[in-house]
Amino acid sequence: MQTTIKRSRTEPLVFHTINYLFMLFVIVVTLYPFLNTLAVSLNAGLDTTRGGIYVWPREWTLKNYDAVFQDGRVFHAFWVSVARTVIGTVAGVFLTAMLAYTISRKEYMYRKFVTLIFVLTMYFSAGLIPSYFLIKDLHLLNTFLVYILFPGAGAGLISAFNMLVVRTYIHTLPESLVESAKIDGASDFRVFMSVILPLCAPVLATIALFTAVGQWNTWFDTFIFASSRENLSTLQYELIRLLSSTVNSNANPNISSTAAKDTATMITPLSIRAAITIVASVPILVVYPFLQRHFVAGLQLGSVKE
Amino acid sequence: MPQQIVHKVEPTPQPARRTEPYWRKMVRQRQLILMSLPMVAYVVLFAYGPIWGWMMAFQQYKPGFSIFDQKWVGFDQFRFLIMDEGFTRVLRNTIAMSVISLVLSFVTAIGLALLLNEIKKTGIKRIIQTISYLPHFLSWIIVTGLVSMSLSTEGGIVNIVLVKLHLINEPIVWLSEGKYFWGIVGATNVWKEVGWNTIIYLAAIASVDPSLYEAAEMDGAGRYRKIWNVTLPGIRPVIVILLILNIGWILNGGGFEIQYFLGNGQVLDYSETIDIFVLKYGLRIGNYSLGVAAGIFKTVVSIILLYCANVIAKRLGEERLI
Repeated sequence: MQTTIKRSRTEPLVFHTINYLFMLFVIVVTLYPFLNTLAVSLNAGLDTTRGGIYVWPREWTLKNYDAVFQDGRVFHAFWVSVARTVIGTVAGVFLTAMLAYTISRKEYMYRKFVTLIFVLTMYFSAGLIPSYFLIKDLHLLNTFLVYILFPGAGAGLISAFNMLVVRTYIHTLPESLVESAKIDGASDFRVFMSVILPLCAPVLATIALFTAVGQWNTWFDTFIFASSRENLSTLQYELIRLLSSTVNSNANPNISSTAAKDTATMITPLSIRAAITIVASVPILVVYPFLQRHFVAGLQLGSVKE
Repeated sequence: MPQQIVHKVEPTPQPARRTEPYWRKMVRQRQLILMSLPMVAYVVLFAYGPIWGWMMAFQQYKPGFSIFDQKWVGFDQFRFLIMDEGFTRVLRNTIAMSVISLVLSFVTAIGLALLLNEIKKTGIKRIIQTISYLPHFLSWIIVTGLVSMSLSTEGGIVNIVLVKLHLINEPIVWLSEGKYFWGIVGATNVWKEVGWNTIIYLAAIASVDPSLYEAAEMDGAGRYRKIWNVTLPGIRPVIVILLILNIGWILNGGGFEIQYFLGNGQVLDYSETIDIFVLKYGLRIGNYSLGVAAGIFKTVVSIILLYCANVIAKRLGEERLI
């Protein structure tokens, strides 16, 4: 009797201790590389090369960030990234929501067809080379518009997944709302604009986050379609130019002019890299925790079968 | 209320709708059609439009001439691909990295979800979850940068820890040896997405009928028994659906950016995937026809795999996608 009671009390304790330790391990492994980069970005460049910087800077400085924002090229790229993210997200979310509304209407005659051609794009791709020729034939090479229009690589005006998430969300709304609006004489567009759209705010916030993350993080369209135009470079692409100098032999070994020039004044490519990494990731990292409740719900909606 | 009943009983609308001519239905639904038309036109042009370029795979495409003035070669490009030793290796790498990433991702995400589920303090649980989502929001260029920094021989944390623990005697040049590359790809995928992937599993776990746990407890089942006999069977449909989804993506090689950014001359034999092969032949070597053929191969095989996985799931009586 005594042994069973003892076991039932200590077993959960042992389990929970091990479980919490494991979670601590997960957190450390997840955060360490990022915190390390943050520390390097705030540490004096020459001092960093001596090594031993882990998660706390030794010689505090903001010079690395200064250098990043004084580099006209990086600064410009930052604004291109902001522009494509804002325009791409606003246009994408509105058009996705409108499309989702149409396929949420059970009476819509092309509902199945429209759903199918979008869902197929999740698996079907015509391939890089044909897409390149299309973009070229449409005279979209080296234009800002290609960032908004090119589907794939996380960007593009619409993603089938987001469309399904919104559609499923609309299905959870009471049908009587749409019906009563229609009895009052509202057209489908009117119903969408003044009834559905406002009610969809939580799910739209979710797909706005997904779209914005895709737009902000993508680099492939710049690389393939706009790499010859310096004023169309994005923050991620600038990061590649910097990283490629040390990491990758596939791409061009170009060190940013600032980084090369300022080695003498204590700024090293490593520090610049760290600073740009932080600049390129912080805008999203400060937003997502606030939308957590919504995107968790949104992802669950997306996994619901038709 | 009475009005509504009258509405329902009224017999006229139903037969009228059944015999409604197609064009009249179109006129009546013109707003819905107009609302979906822009996006349909967009996806037809940008996602399906490039299919005409598939003609190139059956030609010996020479730049500078119209696609209609090319020499037709039938299936020669595909024959060349299949015979080519380089492409066989590329295919091997792609499938190996996909399978490694797939298995690691599934096992770790399900494991983490089960363990997170055992944490009953919601505040702590939420903080752990928030942190675990963080890498998902980082771009691949940042993630691969962090990975190569962590694996470096000069102050890379992985080597420092392994040396301190006396597991290795001196730092390993992880990214220069082919034998480590597939594992690094799998580990990178896990690091970036494991937290994110738990979202769906946690939702599935939460929807398991609580009375099943109570019944299991009555039968004297402990913690592990309940996980094994109640939770895992309860989330099996979700696991199967995600497996089907992922089988359709098996020729993606567990991502494109990891291999593109972390691959280098020394590990080329292990890092090259179909996507990189297409990029190389298409944009660098300029052999468009071969690149397109490889792309078609990938798309067609992906759709066949997806279809097969779906059929098998149906046979086994599992949930299925389509």
